This record gives sequence, structure tokens and C-alpha cells, in this order.
Amino acid sequence: MANNITPEEIIKKGKLVFSKTALMTDKVLSYCPGCGHGVVHRLTMEVIEEMGIQDKTIGVAPVGCSVLAYEFMNIDMQQAPHGRAPAVATGIKRAFPDKFVFTYQGDGDLAAIGTSETIHACNRAENIVIIFVNNGIYGMTGGQMAPTTLEGMKSSTSPYGRDIEMMGHPIKITEMVAGLPGVCFATRQAVHKPGLVRKTKKAIRKAFENQRDKKGTSIVEVVSNCNSGWKMTPVKSNEWLEENMLSFFPLGDIK
Amino acid sequence: MNEVKLMKGNEAIAEAAIRAGVDVYFGYPITPQSEIIEHLMLEKPHERTGMVVLQAESEIAAINMVYGAAACGKMAMTSSSSPGISLKMEGISYIAASELPCLIVNVVRGGPGLGTIQPSQSDYFQAVKGGGHGDYRLIVLAPSTVQEMADFVELSFELAFKYRNPVMILSDGIIGQMMEKVVLPPQRQRLSDEEVERRYKSWATTGKTADRERNIITSLELKPERQEQHNINLQDKYKKISENEIRYEEFNCEDADYIFVAFGSSARICQKAILIGKEEGYNLGLLRPISLWPFPSNIINEIADRVGGMLVVEMNAGQMVEDVLLAVNGKVKVKHFGRFGGMIPSPREVFIAIKQKIIGGKNGK
Amino acid sequence: MTEEIIIAGFGGQGVLSMGKILAYSGIMQDREVSWMPSYGPEMRGGTANVTVIISDVRISSPVLTEYDTAIILNQQSMDKFEKDVKKGGLLIYDPNGIIRKPVRKDIDIYTIEGAKEAAKIGNSKTFNMIVLGAYLKVNPIVKMENVLKGLRKSLPERHHHLIPLNEKAIKMGAKKVNNVQKHCC
Repeated sequence: MANNITPEEIIKKGKLVFSKTALMTDKVLSYCPGCGHGVVHRLTMEVIEEMGIQDKTIGVAPVGCSVLAYEFMNIDMQQAPHGRAPAVATGIKRAFPDKFVFTYQGDGDLAAIGTSETIHACNRAENIVIIFVNNGIYGMTGGQMAPTTLEGMKSSTSPYGRDIEMMGHPIKITEMVAGLPGVCFATRQAVHKPGLVRKTKKAIRKAFENQRDKKGTSIVEVVSNCNSGWKMTPVKSNEWLEENMLSFFPLGDIK
Repeated sequence: MNEVKLMKGNEAIAEAAIRAGVDVYFGYPITPQSEIIEHLMLEKPHERTGMVVLQAESEIAAINMVYGAAACGKMAMTSSSSPGISLKMEGISYIAASELPCLIVNVVRGGPGLGTIQPSQSDYFQAVKGGGHGDYRLIVLAPSTVQEMADFVELSFELAFKYRNPVMILSDGIIGQMMEKVVLPPQRQRLSDEEVERRYKSWATTGKTADRERNIITSLELKPERQEQHNINLQDKYKKISENEIRYEEFNCEDADYIFVAFGSSARICQKAILIGKEEGYNLGLLRPISLWPFPSNIINEIADRVGGMLVVEMNAGQMVEDVLLAVNGKVKVKHFGRFGGMIPSPREVFIAIKQKIIGGKNGK
Repeated sequence: MTEEIIIAGFGGQGVLSMGKILAYSGIMQDREVSWMPSYGPEMRGGTANVTVIISDVRISSPVLTEYDTAIILNQQSMDKFEKDVKKGGLLIYDPNGIIRKPVRKDIDIYTIEGAKEAAKIGNSKTFNMIVLGAYLKVNPIVKMENVLKGLRKSLPERHHHLIPLNEKAIKMGAKKVNNVQKHCC
């Protein structure tokens, strides 16, 4: 019997409790099952939809797992060279100061190759939103060590664990840029639990409102998992995130 | 009203940019072109036209700011000198691949490496044959006067938007630093934001409105079949540019027994060498490519039918000479004379070189 | 008519601005002009020079190795440029600080006590205009009225009150220039 029920019958009038925002395309996400990117994409698009700013928002996604974000986000988007999203966003914002501009960057992109662009965009108080998904690893290229890889954490380029003496310390870039006067809002969130998802959405909303109110740079870091790169099941990776990542990258507003 | 001024080439480019209605300039200081951003900052273009001028944290950031603004349909430009242009190459490749219009000015200094701040033409290969990765072309214009520094700004943007392709002005330390008389173009009004959105609606990322699909600026295409098709489309565009946008100047090429082929400031030096030759009874000419890409191969091939030889004079170790050799295709003797590393050939040196390398004996032909 | 001039001395002597005023004067007289400086860090306190060309036809090379006129303001420049004056050409120099006088016999040589006269005027910055006045007396390629127009064009407006002082310096230079040698062959 159940086979004959159509989606319309299941979702009877008044019974709909959740639907995908129209700002997400129908394209099936290319992210690994269990990855946090899909949630952060959705939250960002929901905020843009709720604020009614789709027609004046331009997103920038540089190299990394989310390089194809433009396939999934139904807004005007630019794909940027690796690390350069804050510079590209600067170009857009300076050319069109009344548009909403955000970057969507991973940790390798934002905190390694793009450190300079990140710091200087923040220091100029570029009136943009930086969404920074930190999963402690280079996911797209196959699980190499990132600037945010924890001490002792294994990756394909730290196969015996990150050796601090040899490879240096993991970097807390959100804390670093929070010290700059150009940054009006710096926060660290996560999306592996429903309550945290709601908090992350609030943070993203606040960041876009800051842009609307011309307050300067807002950076929203989202600590996320990478079950493929970490070589764990999605559930296990969330547990590992909770136990290991959050003690080094504590959640909450930094500025 | 057109004004006559005495200006440095660098200042002329900057002033012409304001007058052409350029929307944004992003740059980073480097000798011998820093007067461009200095002049822009001094002139308060934000008050004059609303133009935005920003000193970026690096050449890399600057070219990516250009990428962002150009992808919104704005008139965007940057400038630098050789080592800085090398840094911009990644961004330039992305811009070419994403088919964005913009202007990049290279006031060339001697290389390789940190090299010297003195003038050179050793970035010819980098400008016309790639520089960045992948099969792409820049439209490359080579000014030889301060007037052309000014005139080529508007021309560059015209071409850049006509073909949605980056344009490079390949100048050098001589033209950047010297002052000459220049007639400045009249002030053009910048396009309004609404006009930019309307005009470039089919591709520019200005925010997705209900009446159109979203616009995406990207150079990524993971499926090789589609990436090949993108490359084929680019090549078709380049062919069209090659057919329509060749520019050059001839001096006495109709009657000359032998000619120089030279661009930019080397062409100026050759003009003087022609005068020296005339005093000594030689009938010399000069073909000056203005567009270095597309290269004026056909006219050089035609001239090869009626002269006894060509001397390619460049401030490098022999770069454009390869394109001249291809154009001439063995019809006539072609040799190269160059000074490099910041050294400038003297007109007499150039005249002696054509005598020795091309004319030879009593009557070379 | 094409006049090819090198002006060379120390950075800070006003070499580049003298060239600029000369070039602007040329424009005021409806001539083609070019002004090509030596540039780079050596300018800071080191030697500075500028090639100025004034012509009634389109100017070819802005960079030269031989000149109709050399205006020499220090010893290094004398050592470097005396040999580059064309046969029958002109060399003007300020003897102040010159320990090896020019030896060429095939050129015209003039001196101008620019530094001394500037001290008399009481403003060391008038030095380059005194030298310019000396040159224009020997070779009046531009009219005085056009030089004044050129001054007006090349000086920023806040310095326009100095134009009369500069005019005085130019005239002083014209008066004090001294012929040392007429070329012999």
C-alpha cells in the first residue's frame, strides 16, 4: 500500500514542517554523506532567502570541497582561485558597495594559501561575510594535512600524526583576525547537532545583518567533520569532532 | 575640451583611466610604474567620477580584486611591473578562462628574477604566449609614446568588452618614466550600476533577479569533453580577434631597402637609426607592431617580398624575432639585435647592427 | 630644428625640474618635446640626469648617447657626459665643485656661477633657474614669455608666488653666463 502514496499525499496541507529553501538548486549535493557542508550551504541560503536579498547577493567559492558551491546555491556566484576569495569579494564589494557579498572557504584555503588575503580583507574592514568551514584537513585533494590539523592527527601528509616540532602548530585564525579592528563579529559554531545548527544559522544571519548595517567584516567559523578524510563513519567522525576538535577550537562568539 | 599636458607615461595612463570612466583600479607599488597608483590617489578619482582606487596587500590580491569586479561587469584595471606581473599570472589565467574584460598594464623592467628597475622588453613572451597556465591569449597593445599610453586605455576597454577578454598594455620603463606632450581624452561618464546590470545581464554576477537564471563565473569544468568544448570556443574567439584587431604602424616601408621591426620604445630608437642611416645614404624603414597579439604577420610577410632583410630590435635576448621569423617564413634574412638587463640600445648602435647583420658588403640585396 | 640636451648633476639640485620647465616651455612654443629622466634609487642624493629634446618634428628616440648640449652641474656628470657632446655642440657648467675642467676643443664651452649667484639672491632653490637662464641666453630655443608660461604650468599653484623670483633668477643667469671657449675645428 505504502508504495502508492505520492509525496503530495504525505505532505498534506498544514502538515509540512520543513522544506528545502528555493535558494538551493535541485542538484544532488556532491559532498560525502555525513559531511557538514550541505548543512552550512542550506543555512546560508535560508538566511539569504529570509532576508530577501537573493537579487543582490554574490557568493564567492574558491578552491576546496566547496568549489562547486555554485552548483547548489541558486544565486549569482564566482569561483575564485585558491585562497583568493577575500580579494575577489573585495573587488565585488568595492565595485558594488550596496550588494551583499560573502565568501565560503575551507581551512586550507582561508588559513594556509589565503592567509594574506584573509588578514588584509579583515584589516580593511571589508564589509563582507566570511563563512569558514574548518574540518582540519584538505578534503578535496584527498585528506592531506591542513593548517588546522590537530597535534597528533593523522592525514595523508602526516601519516604518523601531526608532529608539532616538524610541522608546526595548528592555527586558530578566527581568534587571530578577531584581534583586528576591521572585524566586527567573529564566532565559532558547529553543525553536528540540531541545537548547534540553529545557533549557526543565527550567527550567519547576524553576519549578513552586520553587512547590511555596514559594520565591517564578519567571520563565521563552522567546525565540521570530514569523515572521508578522517577515515571514519559519519557518526564516529561527529563523536571524534566533539571529543577532539572542540577542545582546541572551542565554540562560541570570539568577538 | 582636449587639454595638452606634459606628463609621464605612467601619469598619462592613470589620468586616461579616470577619463575613460574606469570603475575600479587595484594595484601594488613597484618601480617603474608606481606613479600610476600615486597619480590616481592624488587625483581623488572618487570625487571626480566615483572611481574606486585601492592599494592591495599584494599583486596577487590586486588581480583577484580585478577578477571580482570584472565579473560584475565593471571596468576594472590593475598595473604592475615584471616581477609583479609574474605574481598576477594565476589570476590572469583565471580571468582569461572565465572570459572577463579587464585591463592589465605592465611597465616592463629588466629580469629575470628581481632583475633591475631599468627598462626592458623581456616580458614579450610572457605577454603574448601565455605566462599563466593553459591555452589562452591576451590582447596585447604596445604603446611607443606617452600619447599612446593615454589613448590605449580606452581602446583596451573597448576591445576587452567587445570580446570579453583581458587586455594587456605592454609598456616599459622608458615610456612609463618619460614625459611628453599628451592630448588628454575628454571625461567620459562612468556607467551607472543599473546600466551595468542591464547591459551585462547575460553574464555578470550582480545578484540573481527573478527574471533571469543565476550567473556563474567559473573556470572549472571537471568533464574533459566540456572543458575541450570551452577551449574550442576560446580558440574561435581568438581567431576572430586575430582577423579583426591587428594594429601596426609603418615608416617608409614602401621604399625602404631594409627595415627594422621593433615595438614600444625600441621602435623610437629605430626611428632615430633610420635618420642616421639617411644621413649616410641608406634607405631604411620600420614596421612597428602595435598589437603584439594578434601579431601583424601578414604585413610583415608582404614587406618581406620587397626588402633585402629585416633587423628585429628588442630590449631582450630575442623574443619577438621568433614571430617575425614565422611571418617571413624564410623569404628574406631576419636577424635580431638586442640589449637587455636594463640596457638601452643607442640609435647608432642599432644602425651599425643593421649594417653588419643585414646589409653586409656594399649592397646587401 | 631639433635640440637634444642632457642636464646632469646631483639629486636635489633641481635637475629634473629644470628639464621639466624647459620641456613645458617648448610645448608653449608649439614644439614637440620629450623628457627622459634617469630613475631609481641612485637619484636620492646621487647623480640625476634628464634628457630633454625639443623639436619641430616628431621626436624619435627619447634616449640618446650624443647631445647638442650638455648642462653639467657636478664632477661625475662632467666625467660622464663631456665626451658625449656632439662636435660643435655646447657644454655649460657651474665651476663650483668642478676639479677637472672640460678638455674638449671641438665644442663651445660656457660657465655659469649658479651656486654663487643663488647665494647672492638668497635662495639656493633658484640655482637651477639661473643655470636655465644661462643656457637660454646662449641658445634661445624658447622665448622668455614661453618660459614663464612653462613655469606657470609646471609649478603647482601654491608655488606660483615664486614665479617672479624664478624670473629674476633666469635673467640673472642670462646676465652672468660666461663664454670660455668657442669650438675651434
